[in-house]
Amino acid sequence: MDTPDLNYAGSNKSRPPPANTVGIIGWIRSNLLGGPVNTCLTLISCYILWLIVPPLLDWTIFNADFTGDSGRECTTEGACWAWLDQRIYQFLYGFYPPDSYWRVNLAIILLLPALAYVLFDKLPFSRQGRWFSLTYPFLATFLLIGGIGLEGITTDKFGGFMLNLVAGISGIVLSLPIGILLALGRRSKLPAIRILSVSFIEFIRGVPLITLLFVAVIILQLFLPPNVTLDQLVRVMIMITLFASAYMAEVIRGGLQAIPNGQYEAGKAMGLSYWQSMRLIILPQALKISIPGIVNTFIGLFKDTTLVIIIGLFDILGQARVLQTNPDWMGKVDYETFLIAAIFFFIVCFSISRYSINLEKRLDTDHD
Amino acid sequence: MAQNRDPSIKKSFRLIQLWTDERWRGLIFQFLLILALCILVAFIISNTIQNLKTAGMASGYDFIFDTASFDINQRLIEYSSTSTYGRAIIVGGLNTIVVAILGIFASTIIGFIAGILRLSRNFLISRLVGIYVEFIRNVPVLLQIIFWWVILLALPKVRDSLSIGDSIFLSNRGIRLPSPIYEEGSFWVLAAFIIAIALSLIIRRWSFKRQEVTGQTLPIWIIAPALIIFLPVIIFFMLGQPIGFETPVRSKFNLRGGFNVTPEFVALWLALSTYTAAFISEIVRAGISSVSAGQKEAARALGLKQNITMRKIILPQALRVIIPPLTSQYLNLTKNSSLAVAIGYQDIVSIGDTVLNQSGRVLEVISIFMLFYLTLSLATSAFMNWYNKKINLIER
Repeated sequence: MDTPDLNYAGSNKSRPPPANTVGIIGWIRSNLLGGPVNTCLTLISCYILWLIVPPLLDWTIFNADFTGDSGRECTTEGACWAWLDQRIYQFLYGFYPPDSYWRVNLAIILLLPALAYVLFDKLPFSRQGRWFSLTYPFLATFLLIGGIGLEGITTDKFGGFMLNLVAGISGIVLSLPIGILLALGRRSKLPAIRILSVSFIEFIRGVPLITLLFVAVIILQLFLPPNVTLDQLVRVMIMITLFASAYMAEVIRGGLQAIPNGQYEAGKAMGLSYWQSMRLIILPQALKISIPGIVNTFIGLFKDTTLVIIIGLFDILGQARVLQTNPDWMGKVDYETFLIAAIFFFIVCFSISRYSINLEKRLDTDHD
Repeated sequence: MAQNRDPSIKKSFRLIQLWTDERWRGLIFQFLLILALCILVAFIISNTIQNLKTAGMASGYDFIFDTASFDINQRLIEYSSTSTYGRAIIVGGLNTIVVAILGIFASTIIGFIAGILRLSRNFLISRLVGIYVEFIRNVPVLLQIIFWWVILLALPKVRDSLSIGDSIFLSNRGIRLPSPIYEEGSFWVLAAFIIAIALSLIIRRWSFKRQEVTGQTLPIWIIAPALIIFLPVIIFFMLGQPIGFETPVRSKFNLRGGFNVTPEFVALWLALSTYTAAFISEIVRAGISSVSAGQKEAARALGLKQNITMRKIILPQALRVIIPPLTSQYLNLTKNSSLAVAIGYQDIVSIGDTVLNQSGRVLEVISIFMLFYLTLSLATSAFMNWYNKKINLIER
């Protein structure tokens, strides 16, 4: 028997929300068509998407050429990907001898555990792991350049994306300790140290990297004794490191400033010396706060490593330019090569930045 | 216990104090540091002198008065191949400043729009803007500069240049725009324009005062633009259209008239503006998000309209968070403009590079670069600091 619910107000049953405020319809109503402005924006976005996406897909995939030995065999309207299968190795490794590619690969694979043991505490074999991290830079140098037992490869063979990685990673790793010292120097009570740190940091931050690279290529040789010559890549790496360390110093200074004074005073009260309290109390906290900034500096530096093409090294962008002026491919692969180079950078930079957001959340030990 | 201490111990100096006493240690450490630095500098200078001598390179800044004997096609001041190196460098410096100012202008506008749109409730537009920001931010700016340059060079030849309304022509030699011709009386149009701006500022102040007294508002956002547009236009027609435009004309092989913007400039400007705009949009987004939701709710509770809430409540508070990182983006844009050397836009680095190769004065030319950028950086940050102070909250 169906009796009307006379005691409606007292019943626990509440009526379901109106159908047009929940579910997919509700979502569309509130996110796409909520009000005239919103609807306009939706229409504009749809138009932009329609303008960009189908031609882009046509160009990159449906109308593209995938096989052929030269640009002349790319006859369709779309992209020419025929160069990929032979030339991608140059994009990745430059002029590094092909039978030694494994050395580069191994160096990159070993980087992962080396980094992991620096970043995480709770890994098995952490003691041995730390030692591995410490020796990794020498190991990687040995793998890349060769020497005892391995065929020697000069640095002018370095190129492609590997050159970007080598310059970027070594720049950031070397600049971290220098940056810490500069940041501490900038906050030092000793005037000479403070003034020197501030002028170094502000000078480097005030000039573009390209002028420093000019210094590396043209001037650095003048500063050295006449019989000493430095490898071109080493000179460039010195300048990239100095450049990055100034930015690093500012990031870490921000972290140091965020540490409450009580922490410094507590260190003193415990009878710790300046370096002890820095090492055990201040820096672990300050560096943790600075992680997002450090990662951003790294991403910036990594993108800036493309500048080496201006001084005549062939990184991935340089390889793209080489292929674009190659008579076999000229005029056919301009956008394709740029796109490939851009995708490599995008993958690395984007995933690092996502990872840093993740890391930031995990390291957050605040109690709020 | 304190009296037990012998005051004479304090005064007497023991050698061990040099190490144990913090003050002495600091002094000694600083002294050693400065000494080491001096030795390093002396070492570098002596090496440099020796190296310059063996290479037979001259030094000194007197080369800036020598004849440059190369051409510069994009210039703001008079320059010919018989001008001096000094003048060439000034032309380059001005070119850098032009692209930096125009880039800052464009990137601020694009960045603010993108930042606000990214926070939009509209799912599609915020995602679209998000894709733009993430892609542009994570690709090197040098790649983007060269990419735009290659696109612009792939435009049709001058002979078949694309035209927009038969007044703007796009070709692989750049963009040719109509150039204004100032006839007699154009001064008054300009004057009217400036007077209109001044008048609207005065009206704005007066309307604020009136609002404080009576609570009534004036539609100042209609009055001011109307004034600024219509006053010069009326004067323009009253004086018989003194400002004309010389539109480029297509001849058989070339375009005549108008003025040409080189593809290098357009590529550099486009790449720098869109790249920096992506960073600015993130700064704007963070700034707006940092304003607490209570402020917005309070504004709504007071019955303020949405656009007034944005303009009077949210943005002024967000700006205080936005300005400092915005400054460093402006500085980055200015410094990134030095990448012009990769595509041959004649900025200070690219002209300086030519000067350096011709004259061989490497130290001098690079020191000029650095001084130039340091001055620009310091000037920009001084201005932005002043502006930041001006908009800062005056607390109780």
